[in-house]
Amino acid sequence: MMSESIIIAEISRGAIAPVTAELVSAAIALGTTPTVVVPCMDTSTADGAGYEGVARTIAIKGACFENYDASSWAAAIDAASPSGIIIAAATPQSKDVAARVAAKRNLAIVQDVVAIDGRNLTSPIYSGKAMQTVAISGDAAISIRANVFPAASAGTANVSVVDQSGDVATAVQEIIARASTRLDVAEANIIISGGRGMGNPANFSHLEKIADVLGAAVGASRAAVDTWDEIPHSMQVGQTGKTVNPNLYIAVGISGAIQHLAGMRSSKYIVAVNKDADAPIFSHADYGIVATWEETLPVLESALSAMMS
Amino acid sequence: MPNIVVLVKRVPDTNARILVNGDRVDLSAVKWVISPYDEFAIETALQHKEAAGGSVTALTLGPSESDKILKDAKAIGVDEISRVWNDSWSEMDSNAIQTALVQAITELGAEFVYCGKTAADTGAGSTGPGIAERLGWASVSNITNASFHGGLTVTSPAENGSAIISVSGNAVISCDKGNVKVRKPNVKGIMMAKRAQVNVVSADAPASSVSIVSQSPPPAKPAGKKYEGGSSAEEVAKLLRDEANVI
Ligand SMILES: Cc1cc2nc3c(=O)[nH]c(=O)nc-3n(C[C@H](O)[C@H](O)[C@H](O)COP(=O)(O)OP(=O)(O)OC[C@H]3O[C@@H](n4cnc5c(N)ncnc54)[C@H](O)[C@@H]3O)c2cc1C
Ligand SMILES: Nc1ncnc2c1ncn2[C@@H]1O[C@H](COP(=O)(O)O)[C@@H](O)[C@H]1O
Repeated sequence: MMSESIIIAEISRGAIAPVTAELVSAAIALGTTPTVVVPCMDTSTADGAGYEGVARTIAIKGACFENYDASSWAAAIDAASPSGIIIAAATPQSKDVAARVAAKRNLAIVQDVVAIDGRNLTSPIYSGKAMQTVAISGDAAISIRANVFPAASAGTANVSVVDQSGDVATAVQEIIARASTRLDVAEANIIISGGRGMGNPANFSHLEKIADVLGAAVGASRAAVDTWDEIPHSMQVGQTGKTVNPNLYIAVGISGAIQHLAGMRSSKYIVAVNKDADAPIFSHADYGIVATWEETLPVLESALSAMMS
Repeated sequence: MPNIVVLVKRVPDTNARILVNGDRVDLSAVKWVISPYDEFAIETALQHKEAAGGSVTALTLGPSESDKILKDAKAIGVDEISRVWNDSWSEMDSNAIQTALVQAITELGAEFVYCGKTAADTGAGSTGPGIAERLGWASVSNITNASFHGGLTVTSPAENGSAIISVSGNAVISCDKGNVKVRKPNVKGIMMAKRAQVNVVSADAPASSVSIVSQSPPPAKPAGKKYEGGSSAEEVAKLLRDEANVI
């Protein structure tokens, strides 16, 4: 008999996020039969959670899902889910809730999985300076990095609804919307980041123009965040900033310090623009441009605009 | 007056080169430090105590080599230092680590636990929410700010921005970098730390169901293409579309 798995659907802006389809492929790679559970307030959200290879989708309808509260989310998801291997996306919130569900069931959790071979799971350790493969025996919880597994094809969702909430342990007083409407680096498929080499924060507008063309997020190095008040910590990529895994990461005026690499080295493609041919970032770049950003960005912007229009 | 515990872990300095020898990392030559996010946890715990009274105990799970980072925490200003260990432990999975930490936290009588958002070695972020679940407590992860007047209020990222969240009752809070400036040890703290006694507690842990198969260097990237001059950006844009297929 195939063993079971439970996929916690990733929800973004009230809809099923694309990474959920990748979780289905991960579940199949583990040799499990997945059930997708969808934490929601409105069960129609679960209609988007049908995939080839998934027999069952459970909409977990609960008032607790209005705001994120780890304890009530874990309680509701645990109560509504069958036993098996728990699979979630390696986003900050889903890693958090998966860790609680795992603890509730006295299971171990393996985070940030980037490869599966039977019951062997590989994740980065030491901020990506090494990889570790572990073997799991029995049930466990695992979180899967985005952009690693292929997306399973969409199918019709066979949705059953479970009314299940949990006791909310924390109270959201206020949500402070980000000042910019720009995508957050943690959510973006393409990121263009600036470092101290941008010279001053106003010059980040050149990065924003390219971000607009590509639908990208704008990130920054710690030196940029620490030097300029205008560049908030929420933009920081790296060891003490965000870990990102986009399809394309463009580093402009960033030297490529080990702590910056820790946050972005697993990006699928890396472009570096730096005036110093010996900058360490070039050893990690698929495409390196040795030039100042002043000469490079206008050319890049017009080439990309022409291609995207 | 709250009894506060802060979790600290001994990890290789983030500047250290991580070498792999055979199929395991070789950490024999690295410098060891308190995991960077745990420094924010210490600072937040100390601020909590300064606002509300009580005491702060730094707790680690690890062998005696970890005493050094506990003394470092003492020098920064925590009141007590505790270490939980059992000589039969080796490669523990998250279930084993959390089970053991929860016993020590319960024994200490903690009402609030602060920890790092992720440890610099595992990068996991499992411990805070995991122990909160086992304790039956609330948890908020990855906070960037905390205030303690009229109860605990924290700021943590939310979709599209950040949420200001009030926490009533006991809680586990994991700390991101945020806006706090961490204090450095002063001379008096360093002197006190020298004489400080580590309170060693024992605990039981279940057998691990996750075992390490191998550790390896990250896959080497094939050498990239390098161009001179800003005008090459046009060529690179084409490659991004036609070769990399990412735009
Ligand atoms: C515990 C710890 C945690 C850290 N965490 C992080 C982190 O999360 N994220 C992070 O980024 N860093 C982090 N750092 C800092 C890190 O070590 C580096 O200091 C930082 O990444 C450097 O940022 P930078 O590359 O923008 O600046 P610099 O190192 O100053 O590099 C600027 C680069 O811009 C280039 N340049 C200058 N002018 C131009 C121009 N006109 N056109 C093109 N290129 C130009 C230069 O050649 C240079 O390579 C951390 C450090 C420590 C100790
Ligand atoms: N062995 C340990 N001893 C003490 N605290 C720990 C230990 N492991 C993890 N922690 C705490 O939990 C945080 C997150 O760790 P992790 O879940 O491994 O990413 C760390 O920053 C520490 O605060």
